[in-house]
Amino acid sequence: MLLTTAFMLLSLTTHLPCAVTPALIEVNDTPNDWGNSLTVRWKPPLPPDSIIRYEVWRAHHGVSPVEITTFTDSSSFAEVMTHAGWVRAGMNRANDTLFVDSHLSKDTSYVYRLATYAPKMIILSNQSQPLRPERQYLDRSHTNILIATILFIAAVVTFVERARRGASLFIRRIAGLEAIEEAVGRATEMGRPILYVPGLEAMDEVATVAAIDILGQVAKKAGEYGTRLLVPNRDPIVMAVAQQVVRESFSAVGKPHMFRSQDVFYVTFSQFGFAAAVAGLMMREKPATNFFMGRFYAESLVLAETGNATGAIQIAGTDADAQLPFFISACDYTLIGEELYAGSVYLSRQPLLLGALKAQDYAKAIIIGAAIGVVLLYLVRPEIAEMIRKAFG
Amino acid sequence: MAVTHDLGIWVAGILTLAIFSFLYKDNPFYRFAEHLLVGVSAGYYLVQYFFSAAYKKLWVPVFQEGHHVLLVGGILGLLMFTRLFRRTEWISRYPVAFYIAAWAGYVIPSYIQVRILQQAQDTMFNPRGMPLGEALSALILLIGVSTTLIYFYFSAEHRGPLKTLSKVGITFLMIGFGATFGYNVMGRVSLLIGRFQFLFTDWLGIVH
Repeated sequence: MLLTTAFMLLSLTTHLPCAVTPALIEVNDTPNDWGNSLTVRWKPPLPPDSIIRYEVWRAHHGVSPVEITTFTDSSSFAEVMTHAGWVRAGMNRANDTLFVDSHLSKDTSYVYRLATYAPKMIILSNQSQPLRPERQYLDRSHTNILIATILFIAAVVTFVERARRGASLFIRRIAGLEAIEEAVGRATEMGRPILYVPGLEAMDEVATVAAIDILGQVAKKAGEYGTRLLVPNRDPIVMAVAQQVVRESFSAVGKPHMFRSQDVFYVTFSQFGFAAAVAGLMMREKPATNFFMGRFYAESLVLAETGNATGAIQIAGTDADAQLPFFISACDYTLIGEELYAGSVYLSRQPLLLGALKAQDYAKAIIIGAAIGVVLLYLVRPEIAEMIRKAFG
Repeated sequence: MAVTHDLGIWVAGILTLAIFSFLYKDNPFYRFAEHLLVGVSAGYYLVQYFFSAAYKKLWVPVFQEGHHVLLVGGILGLLMFTRLFRRTEWISRYPVAFYIAAWAGYVIPSYIQVRILQQAQDTMFNPRGMPLGEALSALILLIGVSTTLIYFYFSAEHRGPLKTLSKVGITFLMIGFGATFGYNVMGRVSLLIGRFQFLFTDWLGIVH
């Protein structure tokens, strides 16, 4: 095998074209990563219009050297490199002089060589200095997110403290939530149950968390009025949380005996299986009030239309913008997007939630101010405006 | 007319009609199809989750590949079964609390980046030297985003200028919803057409 390689190298050297300066390559650790990549940069050895492409070759430190720097045949070249223990890490176009080599081990040192493909010629660069990827525990490219998060948390803590000390924090009226009392009262008068669907998503969705918060308030009202509450679920963990919330709400209003675990039940994970079951439930149980709160998908119209057909008063709330039009057209009240998140605060007035809502409002005001301010600033001081704009990215 | 002899298509066709019968009113055929769908899907997902989660992501990595740290997740999952007994029910709150808190911590930075900072950045534009059409489009976007955010501002009563601005915001939202509504209805009609194609082509063979 050694003889074959030597013969191949010898035959290639006989076809060496005129001398060309190989590319100068520079290998650095990729910043802000988990120690799994290196960045290779180079200066083109030829004018860009005479380069076809680049190939970046990588090997472990201590690899056999390849002495020849200029080749004419790509398959022979690849064979020589592979045989010497090099691996082609990637390819770049002629005008691209940077390559990020990913999926490396932080425990290994690597060396690189760059092959520049020109018509009838492959120029191989010198071997780079060995380098080992390093792990960075702080991603400095996301400093803006860290600052935004800290500022937001500071605002939440400040407002929570203010609310705890009894400061009056105003929240405007939200029509859909004002109607909850009326809707529960209607079900009580008609002697029919209330249906509450907490969306189709799991507990990791903000909309589901908001839906569960509102469920607690609805359950309290239902408990006060002694009205049956039905809660079908698509997710088993949401069901477990919903059972807990309804039980605690009934207990909070002195009606723990009203809780029936079979009323807060699991249906199926299938989207349309769930929709069919809830539609059937609406037709059979004829709830006087339907709540659809949380994240919904294509089944939203099936649910809202069926509820409408049964004559129930319907209150919906979702942050799924594709489903909001269906709820708006088929329900009596709809909480749009963030109104759903604000709903639980509006109903419970808990200091913790109130503080978070206030902080969000201030964040919105800052964003509006920043967006308009930057656009105006572009007219007078574009360099400062650009700097601020970049800080958001 | 070439009616199919495929038993599976016959079953699917009859079940489709049973579901459609709900358009008239609730009836035993719909109830049968509904219960069948719920039962079959519940069973299907139980088996699928057992193999894709409990077996592939817990049993194999822990007992065959030696990633014992995953047992923590397995134990948290098993704690959910304490709900089955009244006296141990309270223990199930721990895995739920862990799950919600861990996920919130994981997603908050990415939400801040993608849904807040990047969107705010995309709203900021340099009007200098921008073609008139592009500048107008960017200005409409800025007005839409700002007024919609004002609509979702809960800390002040919507009166006076705030009321006007929030009305502009809700108008932007409604225009968006109208477009989404039309787009989605088109999608639903195409689903209905697909179902009729199945009934008349695959099942009854009336349409070729």
